[in-house]
Amino acid sequence: MALLDITGLSVGFQTHDGIVRAVQDVNLSLDQGETLGIVGESGSGKSQLSFAIMGLLARNGRASGSVRFDGQEILNAPPKVINRIRAEQIAMIFQDPMTSLNPYMRVSDQMAEVLVLHKGLSKRDAVAEAVRMLDAVRIPDAKGRVRLYPHEFSGGMRQRVMIAMALLCRPRLLIADEPTTALDVTVQAQIMQLLADLRRDFGMAMILITHDLGVVAGSCERVAVMYGGRIRETGPVRPIFADPAHPYTQGLLDAIPRVDQLDEELRAIPGQPPNMSRPPSGCAFEPRCPYRRAECAAIDPPLEGFAPGRARACLAGLDELRERRMRAEPRPDLVAAGEGAAETDLPATDLPEGAVAGAGAAGSTPSPQEETRP
Amino acid sequence: MFGFVLRRLAVAIPTLLLLIVFSFVLMSLAPGGPFTGERALPPAVLANLEAQYGLNEPLWRQIWNYVWNIVVHFDFGPSFVYPDRSVNELIAAGFPVTLTYGALSFVAAVVLGVSLGVVAAIWHNSWLDYLAVGISIGAQVLPNFVMAPLLVLVFTLWYRLLPGGGWSFNDPSFWIMPVIALSTSYMASIARITRSSMLEVLGSNHIRTARAKGMPEHRVILRHALKPAMLPVISYLGPVFVSMITGSVVIDIYFSTGGIGKAFVDSALNRDYAVMMGVTILIGALTILFNLLVDVLYAWIDPKIRY
Repeated sequence: MALLDITGLSVGFQTHDGIVRAVQDVNLSLDQGETLGIVGESGSGKSQLSFAIMGLLARNGRASGSVRFDGQEILNAPPKVINRIRAEQIAMIFQDPMTSLNPYMRVSDQMAEVLVLHKGLSKRDAVAEAVRMLDAVRIPDAKGRVRLYPHEFSGGMRQRVMIAMALLCRPRLLIADEPTTALDVTVQAQIMQLLADLRRDFGMAMILITHDLGVVAGSCERVAVMYGGRIRETGPVRPIFADPAHPYTQGLLDAIPRVDQLDEELRAIPGQPPNMSRPPSGCAFEPRCPYRRAECAAIDPPLEGFAPGRARACLAGLDELRERRMRAEPRPDLVAAGEGAAETDLPATDLPEGAVAGAGAAGSTPSPQEETRP
Repeated sequence: MFGFVLRRLAVAIPTLLLLIVFSFVLMSLAPGGPFTGERALPPAVLANLEAQYGLNEPLWRQIWNYVWNIVVHFDFGPSFVYPDRSVNELIAAGFPVTLTYGALSFVAAVVLGVSLGVVAAIWHNSWLDYLAVGISIGAQVLPNFVMAPLLVLVFTLWYRLLPGGGWSFNDPSFWIMPVIALSTSYMASIARITRSSMLEVLGSNHIRTARAKGMPEHRVILRHALKPAMLPVISYLGPVFVSMITGSVVIDIYFSTGGIGKAFVDSALNRDYAVMMGVTILIGALTILFNLLVDVLYAWIDPKIRY
């Protein structure tokens, strides 16, 4: 049985502008110890999806559907039930470690209260355990620093504190909502390494929410790409990076700047994300999609499996996506040899130039030719 | 922190001196004096009186003498209008009364205002919220000079439950109406500030973290939300306490409580220089003290503030 089973999850927010449909009909499942990346740009609904799982939606938010953790329904569960799940079974770390830690409480108090609450430890034992956990997240001089306030830590150290606090009860699932977004790049790498180590040591499952495909490539087994509140593509990380089957995934991969990119311009996906208080009637990506066709404005295609473990929601033919990318893309081995991604043999096209970025983005991802094709 | 308090107290002394000089100069600039009545006194008598109170000396000398007497003898001088009573005695008689109903009003305003604001914020946009907002707006539009006669009308004249005026330290029934009249509008302001500040805090990231810890909502509010939500309230409370003491004028007049407010107004009308100065200094000192208390409370709540 899956550890986490999400079926038909939708989230809407009641606003003066009408109902904003942040998440629509999301189905996901996660096994013990598995790592799932949820990717999308700002406003794609990825954070609200994670808040819905934890019952942390803002007051005007409503979630429907089903979220089962270990077989138990936890969506819209009564406070008593959900409070036994939170921190004990599912813990969460947030984007901005400065504002997510309580600036008015000592780290020792913030951490100890979790153990006092869930494990019934005495304050003294709880603080001792907090120190051990701070040691585990490699905070130097944990014993001395546990008495400090959050503002006395640097950004990376704060996120370590956040992680230590989340792991106190040894949860079986950790939801990390953009854990490295507020940090600089070198610290990002350290935090991701730390999360990977801890995940292995504790045998946790993890949902990693991010807009950073590089982070996903480095740490996730599976990935779900969200756009306009829906999952557009899902599957194991490597095939998706090598052979994206949805135009949005392709656009995201193209948008990653590369060290060996010779033309200076960044390749953005043209257009704006949809306004989810007035979502488009068809596919939400249709206005920005280089593959759009007449029926796209009317039909929002469902997520359909097309290969083992892979699914996508798009009307454009797989061949079409692949063909256009292959035409736009010099052979990866040539790119590696430094002959330039800028040299494309494709004239004007809706697709941003040099779609090769996708293959290179994952770094360690093998070239598309090696991947299994259906 | 201790050094900060000492520094602030040290600064208080020149502040009070400045206050004395300014008030003194302003007082003597105003036309008329304590002995100008409807019927002019004979010049010789006036000269004698002024000589007796030292009013014939140059202004700087008067100020010097005044400050000297306070510093050395803690003597605020004799009343100009009631020659048999000193300012010290007048304040000693009136201030305990003012302090009693002022402190009670302060506590009532804070406790009720904060509770009302917190309740409104927790049940935001529910009937409880609307009720709390309604009560606080209603209380806001009833300033003490409207509340006081209304209270007398209802509780004294109609229902004959409470004494309509006077004061007794032994009988709390004398305290009730002054406290209600004085605290209501402040209670309303405190409720509104608490409500909006609490709403802001409840939407903040660290509250989401606290909820993610699996804490029951009441613990989230008491342990994590209340302290930061109190910051704007506390900065408002310093001035509130002082204006409750000064605002007691209306209470003293409506309820004949015999507090310091009445003495202050009378002294201004009678040009009783000594009483006026005494009460001014008292209020000035209270203002300084309460602003200091607010700063100390702030530092206690917010660890980022270190003096």
